[in-house]
Amino acid sequence: MLVFLLRRLTQSVFVLIAMMVVVFFGVFMIGNPVDILISPDAPPAEIEATMARFGFDQPVHIQFLKFVGNALQGDLGRSFVHGESAVSLILSYMPATLELAMLGLIFSVAIGVPLGVYAGYKADRWQGRAIMTGSIFGFSLPNFWVGMLLILIFAVELQWLPSTGRGEAVEVLGLRLSIFTADGFQHMILPALTLALYKASLVTRLARAGTQEALMQDYVKFARAKGLSETRILMVHVLKNIMIPIITVLGLELGSMIAFAVVTETVFAWPGMGKLLIDSILTLDRPVIVAYLMMTVVIFIVINLIVDVVYTLLDPRVRVKGSAA
Amino acid sequence: MSVLDVRDLQTHFFTDAGVVKAVDKVSFSLGEGEVLGLVGESGSGKSVTGFSILRLVDAPGRVVGGQINFRGEDLAHLSDRGMRALRGNRIAMIFQDPMMTLNPVLRIETQMVEAVRAHDRVSHAAARDRAVQALAKVGIPSPEERLAAYPHQFSGGMRQRVAIAIALLNGPDLIVADEPTTALDVTIQSQILAEVQELARETGTALIWITHDLAVVAGLADKISVMYAGRIVESGPTDAVLAGPAHPYTQGLLGSIPGHGRRGERLTQIPGMAPNMARLPVGCAFAPRCTRATDACGAEAPSITDIGPGRALRCYHPTLPAEGVA
Repeated sequence: MLVFLLRRLTQSVFVLIAMMVVVFFGVFMIGNPVDILISPDAPPAEIEATMARFGFDQPVHIQFLKFVGNALQGDLGRSFVHGESAVSLILSYMPATLELAMLGLIFSVAIGVPLGVYAGYKADRWQGRAIMTGSIFGFSLPNFWVGMLLILIFAVELQWLPSTGRGEAVEVLGLRLSIFTADGFQHMILPALTLALYKASLVTRLARAGTQEALMQDYVKFARAKGLSETRILMVHVLKNIMIPIITVLGLELGSMIAFAVVTETVFAWPGMGKLLIDSILTLDRPVIVAYLMMTVVIFIVINLIVDVVYTLLDPRVRVKGSAA
Repeated sequence: MSVLDVRDLQTHFFTDAGVVKAVDKVSFSLGEGEVLGLVGESGSGKSVTGFSILRLVDAPGRVVGGQINFRGEDLAHLSDRGMRALRGNRIAMIFQDPMMTLNPVLRIETQMVEAVRAHDRVSHAAARDRAVQALAKVGIPSPEERLAAYPHQFSGGMRQRVAIAIALLNGPDLIVADEPTTALDVTIQSQILAEVQELARETGTALIWITHDLAVVAGLADKISVMYAGRIVESGPTDAVLAGPAHPYTQGLLGSIPGHGRRGERLTQIPGMAPNMARLPVGCAFAPRCTRATDACGAEAPSITDIGPGRALRCYHPTLPAEGVA
């Protein structure tokens, strides 16, 4: 297990380095941030002074080496726009995104697993087919459209739920979170649902396929021969067996939910990392973009490690092999 | 009074290739503590017969006719709820492959306790006690600790013992054992056979032992029913059938068992293959492979005739006891 973890971490370092190169030069090529930072009509002396202050007058490889040197010391630069350290700027936006992604994840499991198991159980009946047809919508409807439709129905027409912002937030363990206040939670429901819809369809399909397969296994027949109720068979015997592929996929999806909730956050004016990224791209705030993408890589690495650990909890067979290695 | 009395049981599979009559008018009965050996080749319908009794036949199969009288109640027409109350409680089943029957991700304790609590309102601790006793009964060493284990931590023979322990948990009146020793080593096979026989005798549990191996039932069963292509072709007390098989098929099965004192002799074999169940011949299904077959056999299937105390047969040209295999 330890060897496995070490190997994983070494791989991650290479990924991080590759990411640094790609992102830095990629963003460098997009344009010169000075054009956005100060008016092009400003006197040339002022423009030059600004470029010198940010180091833009240096050749690109020098700029890169400087960036790498700082990065090794944990400094990914200061935001041109906010003047703050890019990392701490992103971290300050992160709790909002994390809680949104978490609630989205909970919704997608809470919706997807029961629907999928039921669809697998009634695979040849109309119920199963209806659920499968429905999941196609979940796959194919674009995120922003779903968000706007939800706003139209629940915020504008029915006026049940608020449509924008985070609502009231409280400090929990040093993080500002909305999920623990009634007002904040209400603000989260629509964006979280929007995020969850695609994942829920994915989970539904996975759970259905898994359930169909599990129901053909001898252990299900044996469980029936023991006189267990169908509910117990589905909720215990089948569910525990189908969770492994679902956890794998959800792990990957959680990463993308955290890192790329851009569209949803924009539609609902949710002040999270995604919105910060969009704003930073618009202002060519290079340090923030680079730091954001680097942190994304770290998030994916961490989530994948967590998924691997969760496997061992779910499947006793993996556990034995792991402890023997 | 008989524990189980199956009358004209019919289980059909409605496939795209047509209706497969996997079990076609099968009848047998079983008294308390009696052991019935249900013998036949693969695809003869013996397993489906077993599953039909518990009403666990998978779609597209369905019990379409006959009666399954269990202690005076017709299981063929019992409600699903009533059926579930019987399964694992009054009628238990042991499956063929012990590697597949236990759920790989649940502890033995979970799988045993749930089987008790599905039928009895007892505490977890009480159910656990019963599980420990059942495991001890089937010869699992240190059952208390083994409860915490997962199936993959047991060998095949041990897993089958666990499955048998689960079948015994609620003290059933009838156990349907579907080739439970086929997947095991020969040495383990005979151990388990001996143990099951003893347990059944001890508790007065009736047993249906489904197998393709006549040698297995020879020492175990009180009576034998030989199935071919969904029908019972010969049945009777074990000793009588083995000593004087009347049906050419039974005779063929017996002739193909390697035995003592037959060294150097060629084993006889039944020519041909088991028939396609979706397209059975009009007459006797065994006729195409039978050396004694005549035109009558191909025209109409023989009906059941009594040929002695407790013995029945479906054949126009039985081997007379005098010319049976010695």
